[in-house]
Amino acid sequence: MVGKNTDRARGGTSEASSPDDRYRTLSGILVDRVYGDGPLPGEFPYTRGVHADMYRSRLWTMRMFAGFGTATDTNARFRELLAAGGTGLSTAFDMPTLMGRDSDHDWALGEVGRAGVAVDTVEDMVDLYAGIDLGTVSTSMTINGPASILLAMYVVVAEEGGVIRGDLSGTLQNDILKEYQAQKEYVFPPRPSVRLVTDVMAFTAAEMPRWNPVSISGYHIREAGSTAAQELAFTLANGFAYVEAAVAAGMDVDDFAPRLSFFFNSHNDFFEEVGKFRAARRLWARWMRDRYGANDERSLKLRFHTQTAGVSLTAHQPEVNIARVAIQALAGVLGGTQSLHTDSYDEALALPSEDAVRVALRTQQVIAHETGVVNTADPLGGSAYVEWMTDEMERRAEEVFAHLEGLGDGSLLEGVYAGIDSGWFVGEIADAAYRYEREVNAGERIVVGVNAFTEGDDPERRRLLRIGQDTEDLQRKRLATVRQDRDDAAVAATLARVATDAAQPTVNLMPALVDAVRARATVGEVVDTLEAEFGTYVERAVV
Amino acid sequence: MNETPLRVVLAKLGLDGHDRGLKVVARMLRDGGMEVVYLGLRQTTDTIIDAVEQEDADVVGISMLNAGHLTLGPRMVEALADAGLDVPVVIGGIVPDEDRPAMAAAGVAGVLGPGASADEVVACVRAAADTRS
Repeated sequence: MVGKNTDRARGGTSEASSPDDRYRTLSGILVDRVYGDGPLPGEFPYTRGVHADMYRSRLWTMRMFAGFGTATDTNARFRELLAAGGTGLSTAFDMPTLMGRDSDHDWALGEVGRAGVAVDTVEDMVDLYAGIDLGTVSTSMTINGPASILLAMYVVVAEEGGVIRGDLSGTLQNDILKEYQAQKEYVFPPRPSVRLVTDVMAFTAAEMPRWNPVSISGYHIREAGSTAAQELAFTLANGFAYVEAAVAAGMDVDDFAPRLSFFFNSHNDFFEEVGKFRAARRLWARWMRDRYGANDERSLKLRFHTQTAGVSLTAHQPEVNIARVAIQALAGVLGGTQSLHTDSYDEALALPSEDAVRVALRTQQVIAHETGVVNTADPLGGSAYVEWMTDEMERRAEEVFAHLEGLGDGSLLEGVYAGIDSGWFVGEIADAAYRYEREVNAGERIVVGVNAFTEGDDPERRRLLRIGQDTEDLQRKRLATVRQDRDDAAVAATLARVATDAAQPTVNLMPALVDAVRARATVGEVVDTLEAEFGTYVERAVV
Repeated sequence: MNETPLRVVLAKLGLDGHDRGLKVVARMLRDGGMEVVYLGLRQTTDTIIDAVEQEDADVVGISMLNAGHLTLGPRMVEALADAGLDVPVVIGGIVPDEDRPAMAAAGVAGVLGPGASADEVVACVRAAADTRS
């Protein structure tokens, strides 16, 4: 098929070159699977996509992020999403869980189940995925500091339910470096935290071949205020840092790189976003092959999840957010994403309501099934503007890589550590965030409904999701029950082994973590044990 | 203006780490002629009160994007009162409009939401400072 450009030049109507009759425009014109000259989608350096057929062979996974209240509350939302046509699950944990603190910890007051689901022990995880076949549904868990502990819990839940760990498929965010740069949900200092990341990588490579152990995330960097180019550069630099850390830990690059995945933001500037996604694939492919010596083609292919930009959503005239989300989602699809979360229009007001979540999912379904953009791979490829933007994003990212290599004496990993220690990343991000706010304030940038076209805002029509104090009380009772019913001696013994293994940097911590959570040790107890060995990270407060 | 600039303590109270908004507010207040004492992440009512006493602050600004405002907002106000400090509290973050009466009833002097302009931020903090007895 490749190379029949004469047919394509006439509009791709040749019946012979594209026998699949399903791919016709609304007017009945037959569409080819790809247009233009090579390298084509599926060919190095994958600028145009990681699969030759892109969405013809498989649509992106419509993976909606959800989590609130108790595990039972979130389980109900999961089932609704699957029933409504969602094809994967994505779990949002509450702030105490993300920070590795139990629901009965002092710091948890007022935060239990508010911005995600509360998980203290394996028992919560059992309820969270009740009635969902973990052997067939892929699950994403958005957690970083305590990611290894939550993965251990997932393994235990599956095995107690009769599903072996090797059959589990899903993604653990487990990207701690961007926490120091942007989202700030860290517990331990960077170096022992990266050891936990590489322990998970080694464990899943050996025992969970269908699991993605790290989702290297630009999303939070962008939400914290970075530009698109910074998001691209910092994220890929973090990716290279994990590669260097895993290789230093004794792994072969082709043993783990095929399971690395990425997570990007899709913001309002349409072509900048598309260029960013395309540049990401090209950069990764080239660096993995040329710098890190990867040979497996899968190690070179950057696969990514996209979420629309929460920070772009407005509290004013929130219905307008539906339009923003649709355009951002389209940029993700035209950029070649493998999975997508569309934000709910009420997110600048409160946690997303069920109705708003449904609209967001339907937005993806409109793009997939009504617009025809899935019929041909990388339809924007060859556009002079898109190709220029892709090159420009790549050039700007390379500048950042060079800066970090300088900081790290040739090592990206050391460069990233240095940029964290010196506050370089947070400073760059805060500068960009303030520049944007000043532009909006000065009216140099229009935000529809906020600094222009402001009439028509109607606060009365809003129905918001509320999480009450009763959730916190209920969760604390559940935790007390687990603490009462478990074998305390077994918990103590397994935690002692966690401490011993933590003190040995060359020992993989995952088996000890699995044993501890199986004995019903809590997230907070395991984190406390690790913290005693690893220490606590405190960020310097810099504006 | 010759008057002493207002001194504002800014902090993230609780576990939430989303600090983009608070950092932008810090710079807005600075550009608006105020002195900002930025405490950063994971502060408690105790650490904030220590800073208020040491820095002789006029206003406390706390930020949260995780729906913790109903619990943590009133707690901050009470803690300041218990410490005998007449220092008003401004909350920034995702605070639904319908929670504003409850915030006001609990003694929170001002609420700033997404999209607040620099002028609104500065005016809100000034108005809060003017509520001191």
